[in-house]
Amino acid sequence: MNLSFALIAFLILASAVLAATRRDLIHSALLLVGNWLGVAFFYLWAGAEFVAFAQALVYVGAISMVVLFAVLLTRRTRTELPLLVATRDRVVSAVLGGLAVFGVLAVAVLRTPLDINPAKPAASVSMLSLGQQLMGPHAAAVLIVGVLLTVSLLGAVVLASSDADGKGEAP
Amino acid sequence: MLGSGILQGLAVTAKNFLGSYHDPARYTTVEYPEVKQQLPEAFRNFPFLVTENATDPMGTLRCVACQICEKECPPQCIFIEKSKDKKPDANGKLQIYPVVFAIDTSVCMSCQICVEVCPFDAIKMDQVFEIATTDRFGALLLNREQLAKPNEYFHQIHPTEAAEVDARLAADRKAAEEKAKAAAAAKAALPAKPAPAPVAKPAVVPPPTAPQSPGPAA
Amino acid sequence: MIAVTPILSVATSVSEWMFERATHSLTLVATGNDRFLERFPLLLRDWITGHLPESLGWLAVSLLAIVVILAAFGLLFAYLTLAERKILGRIQNRPGPNRTGWFGLLQPFADGIKAVTKEDVVPREADAVLHFLAPVLLVAMSLLGLAVIPFGRHLLAANLEAGVLYFFAAGAATELAVFMAGWASHNKYSLLAAMRALAQLISYELPLLLSVVPVVMLAGSLSTTHIVDAQGGWTFGWIPHWHVLTPWGFAGFLMFMIAALAESNRSPFDLPEAESELIAGHLTEYSGFKYALFFMAEYFGMCGLSAMAVTLFLGGWQAPCAFLEFIPSYAWFTVKLLTLLLGFIWIRATLPRLRMDQLTRLAWKFLVPLTLLNLANAAFWSLSAGWSGPLQWVRWAIAVAVVVGPFLFLGRALTAGVAPRTYRYA
Repeated sequence: MNLSFALIAFLILASAVLAATRRDLIHSALLLVGNWLGVAFFYLWAGAEFVAFAQALVYVGAISMVVLFAVLLTRRTRTELPLLVATRDRVVSAVLGGLAVFGVLAVAVLRTPLDINPAKPAASVSMLSLGQQLMGPHAAAVLIVGVLLTVSLLGAVVLASSDADGKGEAP
Repeated sequence: MLGSGILQGLAVTAKNFLGSYHDPARYTTVEYPEVKQQLPEAFRNFPFLVTENATDPMGTLRCVACQICEKECPPQCIFIEKSKDKKPDANGKLQIYPVVFAIDTSVCMSCQICVEVCPFDAIKMDQVFEIATTDRFGALLLNREQLAKPNEYFHQIHPTEAAEVDARLAADRKAAEEKAKAAAAAKAALPAKPAPAPVAKPAVVPPPTAPQSPGPAA
Repeated sequence: MIAVTPILSVATSVSEWMFERATHSLTLVATGNDRFLERFPLLLRDWITGHLPESLGWLAVSLLAIVVILAAFGLLFAYLTLAERKILGRIQNRPGPNRTGWFGLLQPFADGIKAVTKEDVVPREADAVLHFLAPVLLVAMSLLGLAVIPFGRHLLAANLEAGVLYFFAAGAATELAVFMAGWASHNKYSLLAAMRALAQLISYELPLLLSVVPVVMLAGSLSTTHIVDAQGGWTFGWIPHWHVLTPWGFAGFLMFMIAALAESNRSPFDLPEAESELIAGHLTEYSGFKYALFFMAEYFGMCGLSAMAVTLFLGGWQAPCAFLEFIPSYAWFTVKLLTLLLGFIWIRATLPRLRMDQLTRLAWKFLVPLTLLNLANAAFWSLSAGWSGPLQWVRWAIAVAVVVGPFLFLGRALTAGVAPRTYRYA
C-alpha cells in the first residue's frame, strides 16, 4: 500500500515540478494534465471511485482543453517567454515566500486531528448514498454550482457573439 | 421531416447492396483476368499477315512485298525485304514474297493505314493485347513467322470483314477466270482464218497476273 | 354512450394485457443459462489459472482478460476494415478486395504488413516526444474503455461501481491525444485541423453523456452489470425490456448513435480525417504504423461506443426472447455489436460529409435540447410506471409525443431556409 502511494505521490510531484520549470508552455500544460491524472489515481487509491472518474472526466477531458485553447489563443509558447534574471533580491524573496507557504500548510495539516491509524477501516461510500447525500443535504451547493456554470456558459456565448459583431480584431 | 432523405438514401444503398448479389446491373465489375470483357469487332491493336492456310504459312502468304505499307506507315515501324526469286502462292501463280517482314509493335500506333492501302488484303489488324514482356529490346519486334496467321483466324476475330474480303476475292477470281476463258475461247476461235503472208508475229505476251483489286478492303 | 362502454372495457383489458409491466404478473424473468457453452469461458479461465500458484491468481485472471480483449478486438478491427471495404464495394457496384486469399480474407494482414514496412517520417521541426506519444495515448485510451463492458453473463474485465463514468472518462482523454497530434506536427494546417477536430469532439460529448443519463437514472446505478440486469425479463416471453423499446430509450439510442458517430470521427462526421479537408487534418504528418495506429484507435473507439450502446440500450448480453436463451450470452452480445457496426458502415456508404458549421449546429441546436427533453421524458416515464389500465396508453402517448414533437419542431427549425433542391441544366 505504501509503495503505490509513494509512486502516486512521485508522479504528482514530479509532473508539477516539471510543469513549473519547462520552457515550452504546451509541454507545461500537458505535464499539468499528468498531474491531474496523478490526483485521479490518488482518489482511486483512497477508494473514492466516483471522484476519481469525475476528476479524469472533468480535468483531463475538459479543463485541459480550456488551458490548451487559452495558451494557443494568446500564442506565447516557445520562444517568446522572457527569462527573468535571478538577482539576489529575487532569490531571497522566492525562498521566503516558499517557506511561508510551506509553514502555513504544515501547521494546518499537523494541527488538524486526522485519524492516522484507525481501528476500523473507513466505511466505503456507495454510489447510491453519494447520490442521496448530493441531492439531499447538499442540494443547495449542487444547485448553486449549476447556476454558476450556466451563467458562465451563457456569458461565454454572449462574449463570443459580441466579438463576432465586428468589435473584435480580425484573425 | 428531418431525416426522411437519409432514410430514402439508406434504402437506396441497401437495395444496391442486396442487388449486387443477383442483379448484373448492380455489379458492373468484370473480374479480369478470369473474365474478359467482350471486345467489339472493330477493336484493333497491331497488324498481322494473312495466310491462306495454316499448314504452309510461309508459302501461302497473301503478301507480295509491294512495300506500299512500309512506305505509308506513319511511324515507319514496318521493315520489308523483297525476295530475289519467285515462289508459287496459294493460287499457284509465281509471286515475289517477303523474305523479311518485321513490325515493331512497340512503335506501331494501330492507325490501320497499312490495312487500308494494301492492294492484296494481305495485312489485317489483330486483336491481341496481352503481349507484355520483360525483354525491352527485341521481344516486341515481331518477324514474319510470328505475324503470319491463317485466314480462319481472321474470320474468327473480324467475321464480317473477313467474309467481305473473301467474297470480294472470290468474285475477282471468278471474273478473272471468266475473262481468261473468254480470251481463250476468242483465241480458240481465231485459227479458222487461213495463214496470211509470212509476217513475223511477235511473241504472245502471257496473260497478266492476278487481276488488280479495285480498291482497299473495308 | 352505450357504445363507448364496451369499447372502453375492451381497450382497458387489451392495454392491461399488453402493458402489464407495472404489476409484473405476466413478466418472465431471465432464468439464467447454466449450459456448457455459457460456462465455457469460465472453465477455460479456471483451467489456465489452475496451472499457476494461488497467490498469482488475481494477476493471471487480469492478464487473461487483457489478452483476450486485445486479441478479440484486434481481430475484430482487422476484419471490420475488410468488411467495410467489401460492403462499401458492393454498395458501389463493385466487389471489395477479393484477390488476397479467398474473398480477400488475408487483406487486413496485407494492409498491416504495408503499414509496418512504410517509412516513418517525422518532420524535423516536429516535437518528437509528442509526435510519438499522440497515437499511443489515443489507442491506449480507446482500449481502456473496453474494460467495463460486460461481454457475457460472466465476462466482465472490471466490475466497477461507476463503470459508465469510467468509460466516458477514458473517452475524454482521447481528445487530448488529438490535440497533441495536431500540435506536435508543427504544421499550421494540422493545428487548425486539430482545433476543428477538438471542437467537433467537445460539441458531441454533451449529447453523448446526456443521452446516457436517463439510462442511469432509470436503472438506478452507474454499474454496467446493474444496467444490463435492469433490462432483463420479457413480457409474454417475447417482448424484452430493453431500453430501446421505450420512447425515451429509442430517442436516446438514436442520439447516442449519432454522437458516437461524431465522437469516433466516422462518416458523415469525418471532417478531421478526410483527405480533402486540410490535407488530412491532424494526421497529415503521420505515416506508416502511426497512421495505422490512429485508424486502429478510431475503430476501437467505434467498437467501444457500439458495445456501450448495446449495454445501455439493447440489453447487453440478454437474449431477445425467452426460448432463445440457450444461445450463449456472448453470442448475443456479438450479434448485437456486429449489427451496430454494420449500421455504421451502412451510414458511411450513404451519407455525404457534413461541413463544420452544419456539424456544430446539429450538436448544439438539435441534439442538446433533444437530450435534455429526453431526460425529462425519462423522468416522467419513471414516475408514471405505476399507472395501470387505460392510463398506460396515456403514458405511452405522452412519452411518444414528447419525443416526436420537439424532433419535428427542431427539425423544421434546423432545415429552415433550406429549400428542396432545384436543378437547372444548361
